[in-house]
Amino acid sequence: MKQRNETIAELRQAVKRYGPVTALAGIDLTVKAGEVVALLGPNGAGKTTAVQLLLGLIRPSSGSARLFGLDPREAEARMQIGAMLQISKVPETLKVREHLELVSSYYPRPLPSREVLAAAGLEGLENRLFGKLSGGQRQRVLFALALCGDPDVLFLDEPTVGLDVESRRGFWQQICARAEAGCTVFLTTHYLEEADALADRIVLLDRGRIIAEGTPAEIKDRVSGKRVRCRTRLSLEEITALAGVRDVRRDGEEVELLAAQAEPVVRELLLRDAGLSGLDVRGAGLEEAFLALTGTDAKNERQEVAA
Amino acid sequence: MSAEVAMKRNLGRIYALQAKTEFLKVWRLPMYAIPTLAFPLMFYLLFAVATNRGTGQAATYLLATYGAFGVMNAALFGFGVGIAVERGQGWMLFQRATPMPPLAHLFGKLVMATLFGALIVLILSAAAVTLAGVRMPVGTWLALAGTLVSGAIPFAAFGLAVGYWAGPNSAPAVVNLISMPVSLASGLWFPLQMLPSVIRKVAPFLPPYHYGQLALGRLGLGEDVPALYSVAFLAAFTVLSLLLAWIGYRRDEGKTFG
Repeated sequence: MKQRNETIAELRQAVKRYGPVTALAGIDLTVKAGEVVALLGPNGAGKTTAVQLLLGLIRPSSGSARLFGLDPREAEARMQIGAMLQISKVPETLKVREHLELVSSYYPRPLPSREVLAAAGLEGLENRLFGKLSGGQRQRVLFALALCGDPDVLFLDEPTVGLDVESRRGFWQQICARAEAGCTVFLTTHYLEEADALADRIVLLDRGRIIAEGTPAEIKDRVSGKRVRCRTRLSLEEITALAGVRDVRRDGEEVELLAAQAEPVVRELLLRDAGLSGLDVRGAGLEEAFLALTGTDAKNERQEVAA
Repeated sequence: MSAEVAMKRNLGRIYALQAKTEFLKVWRLPMYAIPTLAFPLMFYLLFAVATNRGTGQAATYLLATYGAFGVMNAALFGFGVGIAVERGQGWMLFQRATPMPPLAHLFGKLVMATLFGALIVLILSAAAVTLAGVRMPVGTWLALAGTLVSGAIPFAAFGLAVGYWAGPNSAPAVVNLISMPVSLASGLWFPLQMLPSVIRKVAPFLPPYHYGQLALGRLGLGEDVPALYSVAFLAAFTVLSLLLAWIGYRRDEGKTFG
């Protein structure tokens, strides 16, 4: 097992241009041993480009990509990693077992098939042809292929895209299990919930640039302000009139508002309504942070999660 | 460390599994397996057995040329369509992210194409002996079969080039559009003497012509072309195809967008 703090993967001033399009505009990114890092960003932010650079599947236009301090294309580097890419399918006329057997043979100390099947939730499907599997099962096979070599590091490019909510949570558990076993995980996602649920550290990518980086809590703190909820007899108009209050809305019996600073607002509310109850003050969510930092419409991202 | 780690993998097993995988993959694909195995036999039954009953010479001649046609198509489709489809799926991209030995994939495909080629030669030979009364010394047959099966190499190389330049949906059409007319013009369907003189003039510039002549030469039925010249022609064709494939591969590498 790798020592903590050892650098596993690194992009330095990495630029990737495709003709006139700049997919990555010079980013620095480091993944340390034992971390779960989520590269979060809207579609088209350059997430897949970043993963493919780290995996040596594409060449940087300038800057460098290193895996274990090596050129990522070195077999020695690749033997220690597993990758789940955004690919539509693997050959359909091969059985799950045959796919695993072949990919396992590439590695010096592969994980026994039985364990791969269990870790990816594929028990009982090993003799099924890939073409006969459902979408969720196919996704799990792609995950299983990443586990074949018993890797120290997992690269997952949008691992749960297109899955329903239940399958997504199942997938999260499987990823967490690997991380708890000491595996370093680097994943890309455009689901806020996913980054929040899995990552120790989030790197926020937007239009080819890193715009924020930190623990989920730190990212949320980047957006100044608190979310205040309570039950009150005050009208929305009265609350909106208070200094420092924005975005007031009614949610059932409760009122929710965003405030730059919670304390003065709460003091005012209690002064005006002694019967106020159910007071809850918390930091703004990742969603607000994402919205504030990227300026993209997080509502769209949210709808995709719900779909 | 790298040498030590690399030693622990069983390279022989990787190549063997890769070959097995490639073979099973297309063996279970009726779209590939049926036309590849059945077309040469169908042609042979139609033109050698049904229309030339009793004349052993024509049936012997056509065993060589339909054998060449069959092996060539198995290699062209196996590589051309196979590579194009796997590129489309992203399977090739995934394999590049693994420590797969770089040539294992091509090796596996070549074994697959060779096995299909050998199967075609066996099927045609069985039909020739049992239905058309073809007889030849075992040594001659072995020489013919060896020549036919090794023809998989140049056409696999050309298929590789097609696979890197054509898209997954257009590849089958591209292969057919090239293979059909060129097979005819090279004398793989009917003896060249039966074809118009224009075609007979073009034929010596076509790789399958030289392949066919090498096979016919084993039976003493070839035209007046030195075998060495045909071999050199096919070798040059192979190198040119590999070069074209390499350029296509590099172009593909630069294009991958994420």
